[in-house]
Amino acid sequence: MAIRLVSFALLIAAWYAGAQFAGDARVLPGPWAVALMMADEARSGTLAFNLGATLSRVAIAFALAMLIGSAIGWAMGRYRTADRFGDPWLIVLLNLPALVIIVLAYIWAGLTETAAIIAVALNKLPIAAVTVREGARALDRGLDDMAQVFRMNALTRMRHVVLPQLAPYLAAAARSGLSLVWKIVLIVELLGRPNGVGFEIGTAFQLFDVTKILTYALAFTAVMLVIETFLVQPVERHVARWRPKAA
Amino acid sequence: MRRLEVDVRHKSFAAASGGRLDVIGSLAFSLGNGEVGALVGPSGCGKTTLLRIIAGLDRDYDGSVTLPDHGRLGVVFQEPRLLPWRTLEQNVRLAAPDASDEALTALFRALGLDAHRQLFPGELSLGLARRAALARAFAVEPELLLLDEPFVSLDDTLAMRLRDELAELVTRRPVTTLLVTHNVDEAIGLADRLFFLSASPARVIAEVPVARPREKRTAEELAALRAEIARKLGQA
Ligand SMILES: Nc1ncnc2c1ncn2[C@@H]1O[C@H](COP(=O)(O)OP(=O)(O)OP(=O)(O)O)[C@@H](O)[C@H]1O
Ligand SMILES: [Mg+2]
Repeated sequence: MAIRLVSFALLIAAWYAGAQFAGDARVLPGPWAVALMMADEARSGTLAFNLGATLSRVAIAFALAMLIGSAIGWAMGRYRTADRFGDPWLIVLLNLPALVIIVLAYIWAGLTETAAIIAVALNKLPIAAVTVREGARALDRGLDDMAQVFRMNALTRMRHVVLPQLAPYLAAAARSGLSLVWKIVLIVELLGRPNGVGFEIGTAFQLFDVTKILTYALAFTAVMLVIETFLVQPVERHVARWRPKAA
Repeated sequence: MRRLEVDVRHKSFAAASGGRLDVIGSLAFSLGNGEVGALVGPSGCGKTTLLRIIAGLDRDYDGSVTLPDHGRLGVVFQEPRLLPWRTLEQNVRLAAPDASDEALTALFRALGLDAHRQLFPGELSLGLARRAALARAFAVEPELLLLDEPFVSLDDTLAMRLRDELAELVTRRPVTTLLVTHNVDEAIGLADRLFFLSASPARVIAEVPVARPREKRTAEELAALRAEIARKLGQA
């Protein structure tokens, strides 16, 4: 913890030094200027409004991509026919640039919330599917036999036999997914939404308002950090509690 | 009435290098209601494969297997096969959701698992894990119990204790049981009927019934049985 704090303080100090060196607050404002603007935006409510808009897009797109991507990945790892059928789709989706998916979604579905969320989810989905497919391929046959012999029902099998084996793969997909999704959400907002962190950064870009860009970027990073520390990590610890502790 | 009828005519596996590997030749035997049978055979002769067929886990064979009606199945696999992310007690309860608390407590006490109920399998010794697997198979109160070398790699004292424990459990609640083992003494100590298997492709080369109930068997009778088995195997 102490090391983390020192590291964080050093980062702020470097920023401060860099701002002094640049000498122009329009190119690189110091930490203080950004903090002031953050306080202003927070007081007027715009900060919370935009963070909320972005966060809900992240949450919905992330949940959709994880749910559908994991189901597809599980089926593909489990059934060879599904794998053969789905593989070309995955390869296409994986190699399609995020920007192409976003632009096409907006053209075909209009500049709507649905289009935005589908575009983000489609970007994340193939990665979740590929990761979970690896996990499904590595499922223990012996435990499967055990579950069958003792006639465990489908729900028990899923919950107690399959999901715990997939947990490390789901965690990996979720972790890489969360950071990917929020970056793509910003682009989607920049290109076609009237609110959210991406929209604010887009406007600030047109005005060359670096202070505002940093304000929103840092505020949202802080929110993601909080989610990581208070949501993702506790869940991971809970899921891994049966593993013998490393010395 | 015969409770378990096994008649496997042929079982082979596709070898990874191409061609087929014959594992079981023509193999037939049956066990009566509540009888304990022992399968004794050399390593690699197809005993585990046969148990998988009987358990319904492998349907790719020629022949037929008739199980006790609506029979619940209890299996002790060659490895413990516990869910590493569930405690010992949860492992047993997941396999036997209908077992009562009293029955489980009695079972854990009989197998010396009382103090270990809340441990995860990663925290158990192999002997404890094997006992947990036994507890799980008994907890379902099976009609048919399949045991694949359950006492291998345990020290002699513990193996002996667990054999006694098994004998007592199947005496208390008779259940048709098929026990796979390398150990002839273990087989004649526990079983009512012994089946000796040939090397792969496996077939039954000798069937030896043991008339006396297992608690009344004397050392002399066991010695005589051992001699008879040696003679029969010599002829085969
Ligand atoms: N899935 C499989 N694919 C191909 N060959 C297999 C497969 N399972 C088993 N075999 C082969 O079948 C033969 C019998 O295996 P099995 O595990 O039934 O032997 P076993 O009698 O249980 O041996 P042990 O006493 O060592 O446990 C072995 O030669 C093994 O290599
Ligand atoms: Mg075996």
